[in-house]
This record gives sequence, structure tokens and C-alpha cells, in this order.
Amino acid sequence: MAAEAPPPSTEQRKLPTPEEFTEVQESAEFGELRRSYRSFAFPLTVAFIIWYLLYVLLSNYAGDFMGAKLFGNINVAFVFGVLQFVTTFLIAWWYSRHAAAKLDPKAEAIKTRMEGGA
Amino acid sequence: MSPSITHVTLAASEASEHRALIITLFVLFVLATLGITIWAGRQTKDAADFYAGGRQFSAFQNGLAVSGDYMSAASFLGIAGAIALFGYDGFLYSIGFLVAWLVALLLVAEPLRNSGRYTMGDVLAYRMRQRPVRTAAGTSTIVVSIFYLLAQMAGAGILVSLLLGITSDAGKILIVALVGVLMIVYVSIGGMKGTTWVQMVKAVLLIGGTILITFLVLLKFNFNISDLLGSAAENSGKGDAFLEPGLQYGADGTTKLDFISLGIALVLGTAGLPHILIRFYTVPNAKAARKSVNWAIGIIGGFYLMTIALGFGAAALISQDEIIASNPSGNTAAPLLALHLGGVDSAWGAILLATISAVAFATILAVVAGLTLASSSSFAHDIYANVIRKGKATEKEEMRAARWATVLIGVVSIALGTLARDLNVAGLVALAFAVAASANLPTILYSLFWKRFTTQGALWSIYGGLVVAVGLVLFSPVVSGDPKAMFPDVDFAWFPLKNPGIISIPFGFAMGWLGTVLSKEEPDAKKYAELEVRSLTGTGAH
Repeated sequence: MAAEAPPPSTEQRKLPTPEEFTEVQESAEFGELRRSYRSFAFPLTVAFIIWYLLYVLLSNYAGDFMGAKLFGNINVAFVFGVLQFVTTFLIAWWYSRHAAAKLDPKAEAIKTRMEGGA
Repeated sequence: MSPSITHVTLAASEASEHRALIITLFVLFVLATLGITIWAGRQTKDAADFYAGGRQFSAFQNGLAVSGDYMSAASFLGIAGAIALFGYDGFLYSIGFLVAWLVALLLVAEPLRNSGRYTMGDVLAYRMRQRPVRTAAGTSTIVVSIFYLLAQMAGAGILVSLLLGITSDAGKILIVALVGVLMIVYVSIGGMKGTTWVQMVKAVLLIGGTILITFLVLLKFNFNISDLLGSAAENSGKGDAFLEPGLQYGADGTTKLDFISLGIALVLGTAGLPHILIRFYTVPNAKAARKSVNWAIGIIGGFYLMTIALGFGAAALISQDEIIASNPSGNTAAPLLALHLGGVDSAWGAILLATISAVAFATILAVVAGLTLASSSSFAHDIYANVIRKGKATEKEEMRAARWATVLIGVVSIALGTLARDLNVAGLVALAFAVAASANLPTILYSLFWKRFTTQGALWSIYGGLVVAVGLVLFSPVVSGDPKAMFPDVDFAWFPLKNPGIISIPFGFAMGWLGTVLSKEEPDAKKYAELEVRSLTGTGAH
């Protein structure tokens, strides 16, 4: 079996020291990255969980409203359900766009400096 | 006419006529995946290959594999069946499964990829005392995976007995054993590389089969969704109520509360499922992990949208009596629909039925492989290498341990699956989500984002969430005191809800907080600095 393969090449990457990590963590640049991430991801998480729970509660306790027909056999409940799909796709797209534009460049800069400068 | 009896025999005889075709397609799938596994096994040289597939899969490949891991028989057969019987409430169920991915995308996938190596325990134990936290992480990983595995194994037995007309005990045991042996082979030889490829093949087959059936259903209704819904409502005999929430969960205050509990567990559980978490290690970096979650959201979302057509299509084209006669929970609605779409007595119907049945087997097989890999990885990496050997095991020893753990977990699952083959285990997947959300998610989030979090907090949160979630299930109507319970003849159920999430998830979070504020040890600030910088920037990521 593959367990008999030659010993793996242990990659020896230079890791920054604990002091360097603490220094970076306290830097303004990293603070900016953290804020940029948290202020986007945290409220958005709370928002989509509330939006989902609202949907669950409406389904449970607002039967008449959810059963109201909009056109043909399509009722409010069906539209709300499909809307959950749409918002999920949109939030995923929105977060990814934010991450690519605002987070990746900052993260990349810090990473390159820490790994290269060590 | 006595519909239930005639239809049972009808379904059974149809099934046995198509038996040869179903078996042929299934054997083809097994041979192809075994070929892949052997090929992948030859390429598996070090621990990063075995645990993480060499971290060289592309975001799209991993997105497919994540979807393959996630779309279990419960979602394919279960949701289609739930819609076919309960209409809108079945659809409601699928939404929680999808929205949950946003938690994984926004909070978990990237930091996990950046700061861990092979398992969930890597991240949880990062700044804690290694041995107790890894033991806890390994324990909850194995418990969650076994819950999930049992549901899949028993599902395989039920499915086979229905579709192949095998009803004898010996036949069912044989099927469970066969599934178990195959999964041991996939995982122990192919490791993560082999398992990932098996997931991709399965995902493509499942999506392909679903697109085909969806297209055929929509074609019957001239692509008019309103007509489809109308026919489903009419044919179900329940009228407009079939298109509104409430048929499954709306009976009384308790069932409504149960639905809220289930909803919370689904949304928060996904990002704590060990077999999903380890998938993020198979790509080169956090950016690729993010993209693979995006692919997964697209694929899984599209799939659940199609289950609407599958479920309502089955309700519109097949009588409720026939669906229930074939399986009381509606689990065979999708294969039955395939048969009806092709024409009950035609060759085309036989081919469609066989195809969809083979896809369902492939689904079960791939998911059990993913689960087995997650639990044997955690056993070997967290418990064996870091707890028992205190981090002194060589890579070779660790991989050997992982392979033996695979065999062990496989044998245990075969034994449990055999014992559980006649129990009603349909609810077990939702319970696995509840345990994951109660025991794993709080610790993951606290570890990543809360500076003060301590070892004691982690332990209280994992064990507290785990014990309360499993304990409440034990005393719930899932296990006893209900005609549909695992043990219907006894009654020790004092907890009224089938899903413990509404209690156990807040409890898990609360225990993490309480354990932390009450602990005497100081949090390791340096280690947190390292974890935080690594998790957000990918510095030093493996």
C-alpha cells in the first residue's frame, strides 16, 4: 500500500515568531483588516439568520398570509421560499465581492511581508 | 379496488423485473469508483495526501465534492418524498439546509482553511491545552459522524429492499455489510484523494439524474409551475393546504415548536459537520475555499430548487396511496416518479427507474465514505497522534493509524447498521445537525473570534452541547413512546420535541461562555495573536 512510499519531504517553512504575530495583531493595518471583515460578516450573519427565522415563524404562525394566492397557484409562501434561495445566492455573491475587493489585498500584503521578512 | 395492496405488489414486481438493470448500473458505478480509488491510492504518499488530498483540488472540483458530501440520500430521497406527501412543508425543510451554507461561507471556511491542517480539532485546540481539547473534538466528530452514518446505512438497507425486492433479513444484512466494506476500501486505500473523486462522480450523476427528471416533469406541464402546483394539490386530495405550510409541522403548538427547533439546527449545524469541514483543507488556500463554498451554494441551491419539481411532480402524477404503500415516509417517491415518467410498463420507464435507483445507491455510498474519512482522520490525527502519542508519532504511523481506524469505524458501522436495519432512523440526519450545532459550532466560533476563550470553555461547550443534545434525543419521541419511534413498544420520552436544537444549541453556547468566565487559567494571548493573524491572512498556512 501507499504507506510504503518514501518518507515525505518535510517542508520547512519559516514561520514568524510569536512576537511578530503579536506585533502584527496590534498593528493598525491588521486592525483595519479585522474591522473590514467583522463589520461586514457579523451583521450580515445576524441579518440572514433573522430573515430565515422570520420565514420559519411566518410559516408556523401566519398561515392565512402565507396561503394568500398571488397569481395562479403561486402563493405568498412559495414566493417567500424562493426568495430565501435568491437572498442566499445574493449574499454569497455580495460577500465574495467584498472579500475580493477589500479583504484579499490587505491579507495578502500582511502574509507576504510576514513570510518574506522572517 | 384496494389500492394499497395492489400497488405494493405492483411496485415489488416491477422492481424485481428491473433488478438486473439496476444491479448492472450499480456494479458499473462501483467498478468505476474502485478504479479511481486504486489510482488515487497510488498517488497517496504522505499525510497531507491522505487527509487533505494533497490540497491540490481546484475550487470547482472541491465545490462539486462538497455538494456530493452534502446531498445525502436524506436530501435526495427524503426531501422529494416529504414534498410528495406533505407538499410545502417538505420544501420548507430544504431551505434550512441551503441557508446554512452562509454560516460556513462567512464565518468558518476561510479561517479554518488558514489555521488548521487536517481536522476540526486542529483549529479548536490551536490555543488550548492540546490533549483534553483534541479528545473532546475527536469524540464529538465521531459521535456526529456515527449518527449520520447510521442513517445512511439503514437508508441503504431500506432502499435496496424496496427497489430490488429483497425483503429477507439476510439480504438486508448483506447489503449493509456490502456498503460498509466498500466504504472501508474507498477510504483506507484512496484516502481524501479517492474520496473526493468519488464525491465528484456522484455529484455529477446526481445532478444529471435530477436535471433529467426535472425536465421531464416540467415538460409534462409545459413548463408552467402554477399548473404543476395545481395538479399536485388536486391529486394529493388535500387541495390548497398542500401548497401552504402546516401539513407536516402545523398540527399543534408542539409540532410548531419542533419545527423551529429543527430550523435552527439545520441552519447552524452545517458549519459544524466534520465531514464538511475537512473538505476545506483539500484546496490550496482560503480564497479557493471561499470559491468552493460558492460553487457548493450554487449546486446545492439548484438541486433543492429541482427537488420542488421532483416532489410536486410525484404528488401530481402518482396517487398518494401508491407513494405511501411503497414507503410510509415517501422515500421512494423519486424513483417511483422516474418509473411513471417513462411509462410504467415501458422499457424507457425501466431504464429511468434503474438509473435513479443506481444514483441513489451511489449517493449513499459516497456520503458514508466522506463520513468515515472524517471520523478516521479525527481519530488518527487528534486522538492517536496528538493525545495518545503526544505529537511524537511519525507521519507513517499516523497514516497507518488512520487506515486501521477506517477499518474499525467501518466494522462498528456495519454492526450498528445491521442492528438498526429495521429501526426508524429517518430523523437521525437532522439530529446529527443538532449535535454538530450544539457541540462543534460554538467552540469553532469562540476559538476563532473570542480572545478570552479558554480550554475550560471549549471543554464545557463541546461536552455540554454533546451530552444535552444526545440526552434530549434519548428521551424524545424519536427513541420511544411514539408509533414511529425506534423502540415504539416502550415509553421513556419526557422531552416532547423530536429535535433538541432549540435547547441544546443555546446551551452549548452558554456553556462555552460560562466555562470561560469561570476558569482560573488566563487565555494565551500570544497564541490567540498567532491564530487570529493566521486565520485572517493565511500566514504560514499549510
